[in-house]
Amino acid sequence: MTATAEKTEEVGAVESFTVTLKILRHDPDGLDGREPGAEYWEEFQVEAHATDRVLDALHAIKWEQDGTLAFRRSCAHGVCGSDAMRINARNRLACKTLLKDLNPARPITVEPIKGLPVEKDLIVDMEPFFASYRDIMPFLMPSGPTPERERLQSPEDRERFDDTTKCILCAACTTSCPVFWTDGQYFGPQAIVGAHRFIFDSRDDGEWDRLEILNDQAGVWKCRTAFNCTEACPRGIEVTKAISEVKRALTSGEV
Amino acid sequence: MTNHEFDVVIVGAGGAGMRAALESSQRAKTAVLTKLYPTRSHTGAAQGGMAAALANVEDDNAEWHTFDTVKGGDYLVDQDAAEILCKEAIDAVLDLEKMGLPFNRTTAGKVDQRRFGGHTRNHGEAAVRRACYAADRTGHMILQTLYQQCIKQEVEFFNEFYVLDLILDSDPQAAADGDEVAVAGVVAYQLSTGEVHTFRAKSVIFATGGAGKVFKTTSNAHTLTGDGMGIALRAGLPLEDMEFFQFHPTGLAGLGILLSEAARGEGGILRNSEGERFMERYAPTIKDLAPRDMVARAMANEVREGRGCGPHKDYVLLDLTHLEPAHIDEKLPDITEFARTYLGVEPYTEPVPVFPTAHYAMGGIPTNVNAEVLRNNTDVVKGLYAAGECACVSVHGANRLGTNSLLDINVFGRRAGIAAAEYANSVDAAPELPADADATVAGLVASLRETVGGDGTERVAQIRKELQETMDMNVQVFRTAESLAEAAGAVKGLRERFASIAIHDRGQRFNTDLLEAVELGFLLELAEVVIAGADGRKESRGGHYREDFPTRDDENYMQHTMAYATPEGLRMDWKPVVVTKYQPMERKY
Repeated sequence: MTATAEKTEEVGAVESFTVTLKILRHDPDGLDGREPGAEYWEEFQVEAHATDRVLDALHAIKWEQDGTLAFRRSCAHGVCGSDAMRINARNRLACKTLLKDLNPARPITVEPIKGLPVEKDLIVDMEPFFASYRDIMPFLMPSGPTPERERLQSPEDRERFDDTTKCILCAACTTSCPVFWTDGQYFGPQAIVGAHRFIFDSRDDGEWDRLEILNDQAGVWKCRTAFNCTEACPRGIEVTKAISEVKRALTSGEV
Repeated sequence: MTNHEFDVVIVGAGGAGMRAALESSQRAKTAVLTKLYPTRSHTGAAQGGMAAALANVEDDNAEWHTFDTVKGGDYLVDQDAAEILCKEAIDAVLDLEKMGLPFNRTTAGKVDQRRFGGHTRNHGEAAVRRACYAADRTGHMILQTLYQQCIKQEVEFFNEFYVLDLILDSDPQAAADGDEVAVAGVVAYQLSTGEVHTFRAKSVIFATGGAGKVFKTTSNAHTLTGDGMGIALRAGLPLEDMEFFQFHPTGLAGLGILLSEAARGEGGILRNSEGERFMERYAPTIKDLAPRDMVARAMANEVREGRGCGPHKDYVLLDLTHLEPAHIDEKLPDITEFARTYLGVEPYTEPVPVFPTAHYAMGGIPTNVNAEVLRNNTDVVKGLYAAGECACVSVHGANRLGTNSLLDINVFGRRAGIAAAEYANSVDAAPELPADADATVAGLVASLRETVGGDGTERVAQIRKELQETMDMNVQVFRTAESLAEAAGAVKGLRERFASIAIHDRGQRFNTDLLEAVELGFLLELAEVVIAGADGRKESRGGHYREDFPTRDDENYMQHTMAYATPEGLRMDWKPVVVTKYQPMERKY
């Protein structure tokens, strides 16, 4: 007789309800008479509990109804960044979105994040996204001799870039950006967040290399301050504010 | 089939894998294969900190850290390995800082440190501030920083390549003691295409993480299915100390999501239904900061004796309400958000329901201190290395101290990377891969695909659910001969049913249905090893608690369990613990 086996249900058993998920499918293999690459909507109904997240509903579908449904996930509590998707027309992490917060009386629509090539169902090709991240040189570039002990940094200096260290590279921000959707060149908000994390780190001396990259025509000036990215960020990063701090550094010449 | 050749192939891109890659790629042609993307690994979910006796905020030294690690591990720790871990800890933290890791800082600008369970001043006098941290997202920062450095060094990644087989040049169980057995490469299944790839390599490092998904209530990611351990076992290599699994005291009740021990390090208190700070009874000196095995058992005991909280009296409470909200926001922002998001509890004003959650495998693929994989008690497999949670070196013994795992991945990941590259540079070529090197993997994939629309009546998800339930019920915090026999019978039945599964997806691209079936195969085999180890160890030590043998038995069990898969079933053996200067003594806190 041990711990939590039977008790898990009890905590979640406050109330249960039926929810409909309307999922945008993408079949790369062209099975069951479909053309390869066919897209279509499919509806599923699942039983859910009050603590269930969209990810739980997707698992219920995959595990009990249709094993072909494909999506990425790993940690299931909002830190690994695998399961960003478009849920009721907003980018969110499936593992951080509770069904009961979505008005489960109506069908919940689930689509892949926009602006990256769809591979299968909710899985997109992340490579263009990671390529933009790599482009902004997301690594510390200190100058001067390497100290024996740690580089010193005051708590105040550490605080300046704290917000942008929280990024989990889920792409929810970048793929919510209307400029990113239509402009194939734009780095997207995440790359600017990634650059911000180093530009405002007192230990780093590569800030002008990065700012020059962001000053490029694919860079920060493409941002039209739509605030979609800030709303989309599952880590609560003030993305638009970070972008505006980068813009200010470029116009003032001061970091 | 596509063939590749590298000097060093690293399997896994979490903390240990990427730390190894940073060393190896400077010295030899290196590839990193991961079934995820690099920053998705569960290192990123580690919260509270990384231990190192920097002595930045109070007196501390590596010897005190070593003692705590040995005692915390209930004397099953190999003490030579613990000495290395704690000595190299200091540079491991400083290296990360120099790579750019944004640690929290003291007012003097140094890396700040805080208290954590089982870490003490001068051999147990009082809790010491040893955990270096970045809020409650230390693992996230380590994972991101290592990935950033991998970008800088242009490390070559093969993302979403699922390694499923390890190729050795001869059968390690047929080889006599002292014979040379060497690694030849690995075989991987590319998720995006369904294609099988072979990688011939002079050195291979396994850094594949844990196996928490053998349990139902777990802090582990869905993807932590013990693949690397399972592959090693199938290749004829032993697994060490698999019965030792850590149940972290503070999982969100009913969900298992981790709430860092840092919550208690920052002053949080566990209370039962009477509001009592019950840890005062179990560990009078360091109370809520006792090692995890003791706290988890104490919590389970409170519930068992009727002092649990909630409508079903099945959890205890983690009380942070006496802490300043600003302090909580600064030091524990993520875990308090988890409580709000997933349980709707406001930690400023309400205590948080918590209960133990399966968290960490102390056991794994046996290695020596250079991360070389052992094929028996003494011989290594040439060119094969393991580091991190999938390995057992053994620095955690019967119970890992909090903050020692982020340390382990950095110290032994680095050692593995250096050793693997140096070995690769010392040999002319890797053994030739046999012409049919891909046969096992190709056969496995084909046989699963053929189940689509076939006669199979069993579902992967159902078998996995039953496995996890029987493990939670019978092999968790409390174990008995009866509960283990129950679990063994259940797993045997599930393995038989697994032969009759049918999957749904016959597609080539991103066939995650097929992937889950493969993962379940590993989980079932590993569960069997966990149960057999727990059955054979007729004592209680660290995370392994036998109600029918409630005390530690140093006379008979100062030994590591070694499990081998053979055609006749599991063969269990023992390996002596390395003791240097700390003789076993009673473990009180």
